[in-house]
Amino acid sequence: MRRDIFQAIADPTRRAIIALIAMQAMTPNAIADNFDTTRQSISKHLRILTECELIRQEQQGREIYYSLEIEKMKEVDEWLNQFRKIWETRYNQLDDLLLTIKNQKK
Amino acid sequence: MKSDLLFDFTVDKTSKTVYITREFDAELSLVWDAYTKQEILDQWWAPKPWRSKTKVMNFEVGGRRFYAMVSPEGQERWSVQKYTSITPKSNFKFLNAFADEDENPQLPGSDWDLSFSEQNGTTKVRVAIYNESLERLERMIEMGFKEGFTMTLNGLEKLLASLSER
Repeated sequence: MRRDIFQAIADPTRRAIIALIAMQAMTPNAIADNFDTTRQSISKHLRILTECELIRQEQQGREIYYSLEIEKMKEVDEWLNQFRKIWETRYNQLDDLLLTIKNQKK
Repeated sequence: MKSDLLFDFTVDKTSKTVYITREFDAELSLVWDAYTKQEILDQWWAPKPWRSKTKVMNFEVGGRRFYAMVSPEGQERWSVQKYTSITPKSNFKFLNAFADEDENPQLPGSDWDLSFSEQNGTTKVRVAIYNESLERLERMIEMGFKEGFTMTLNGLEKLLASLSER
């Protein structure tokens, strides 16, 4: 199953990973050093981000480095729109509900 | 939604705050209830097809709302909102944090400040969400990508600095 980007960046740890490797390509160990969680958990996050093509792996010698897919990240622009849309939808629902309640009171 | 009702969504870089301002065609007391009474809140808080499920809600200072956003597949994303200040029919504040199903919060969360005012039967609600945690990242995503992400990434600090200079 192809994962969607919104799901990928909905997680705070994954967003933190994105911010980290935006600065420079990093190995999984170096990334994990920045978090209080297990190396295993970071690997899982890296796998999800890779599946979403937000980051890519590159072999350099014996090490694997992760770096940011800048083109793909532009799509994250959509994330803000999603956030905005959540509020739009939520508030449109509230409009309907307020109308219903007002009508019931009459 | 009436087309003349205000909807404004802005991200303030310097204060790390998202502002969502909206007007409603209803009197203040009703809108206040919609935000502060569990049975009404659960009917609109989750954008469909998600639904909101409140397990605990004590709307009082020191009280909390422990609730989940439930996906169509039944996946539950729990959050806890601790009320820190309440001025009836005017303002309330809470600390919002994602949580597990046993109500263990993932701190730090975000500070929410909701203000209500009424004019000529229209109620305006301003929601301010301040994010302390992962601020650099939130800023990058919420602001950097908002304004395009074409520059060379030779340092997040540099990126943020240049964004805030605009």
